[in-house]
Amino acid sequence: MQEFAVILISTILVNNFVLVQFLGLCPFMGVSSKLETAIGMAGATTFVLTLAAMSSYLVNTWVLIPLNLEYLKTISFILVIAVVVQFTKMFIEKSSPLLYRVLGVFLPLITTNCAVLGVALQNTAKAHTFVESTLYGFGAALGFSLVLTLFAAMRERLAVADIPAPFKGAAIGMITAGLMSLAFMGFSGLV
Amino acid sequence: MYDIIAQNPLSAALVALVGLSVIFGAVLGYAAVKFKVEGDPIVEQIDSLLPQTQCGQCGYPGCRPYAEAIANGDTINKCPPGGQTTINAIADLLDVEAPTLDEEHGEESDVKTVAYIREDECIGCTKCIQACPVDAILGAAKLMHTVIISECTGCDLCVEPCPVDCIDMLPVAKGLGDWKWDMPVSPEDQIKGLDTSGIIATDKIASDKTDGDQAA
Repeated sequence: MQEFAVILISTILVNNFVLVQFLGLCPFMGVSSKLETAIGMAGATTFVLTLAAMSSYLVNTWVLIPLNLEYLKTISFILVIAVVVQFTKMFIEKSSPLLYRVLGVFLPLITTNCAVLGVALQNTAKAHTFVESTLYGFGAALGFSLVLTLFAAMRERLAVADIPAPFKGAAIGMITAGLMSLAFMGFSGLV
Repeated sequence: MYDIIAQNPLSAALVALVGLSVIFGAVLGYAAVKFKVEGDPIVEQIDSLLPQTQCGQCGYPGCRPYAEAIANGDTINKCPPGGQTTINAIADLLDVEAPTLDEEHGEESDVKTVAYIREDECIGCTKCIQACPVDAILGAAKLMHTVIISECTGCDLCVEPCPVDCIDMLPVAKGLGDWKWDMPVSPEDQIKGLDTSGIIATDKIASDKTDGDQAA
């Protein structure tokens, strides 16, 4: 039980995929200008990441390893991720047309979210079991959601703040992200 | 069979990738049927916010075509009858910034108007009948026309085609049926419109006093 808690804390805080490993930065900058959209994106990514971590583990263990095809890992995982994202897109289009519209192009772009492929590849590299893989994916997604929500909340306040002209817009966003990353480095050594 | 496939790396790779693709294709095919979306639900929501005057001032043949155009990315500030209220409501729905009304498509008026035909001057040309988007004008060729007030949406489209300029847009008198209490104005809203950057409290009292004097 304790090792599962360690995996979760490690992926959410210590080895946070966005701020420490710098994976998945495009949705982090792209969908964080409004809190509501950011939460929607966080939900969609959580779903995709967990499901992709599970199914890529299954593909790896039941198809690739028995046939000695580990060298096809990357391309098979990309296939898995594309399918999961497409499935999520259909599901959201049906269940919440508004969220579908708001997320727009960023929803299919989860496919190219490097955090998703990163989780799948790290799972095989670290030889995780099925439960560990799932938790690793879920923890990574929680960490992504956490920083995306925090960052969106900050950018909403920055939008109305009195910022010097050269720093307006994306510039101050980048600086904020850098400072957040510095702050998250402080978690190293926690686990 | 399995041994042959597993021993030959090329066929193993082919079988694995093709097999995975077929399975995933089947899953997606099932999902496409299961989560099929009928029509575009966002169009319905935008259409219900538009004023349904069917006036065509936005450049589309009616409110629903305009709703479809908005869903496909057209600007939302082309509806003069709806005015700023409608623009704000649609901006809220679509989660975008609310622009101001595009003057090119007409001006917003606070007063609801209806068309009125001066019947002595009407020559019975039926041009206004063809222009009316909601069939609110009665009449026949060479016979006097008239407007059904309860059907008229006040879109001004009949004014232009009339060759003898006998159509006026008259403000609708408030009757018992449509009279409403005014919305109470909160103190915050009163301040909102003012430029308060350089004002201090004593100025505020002074300006209130002058207002009071003018009223008296």
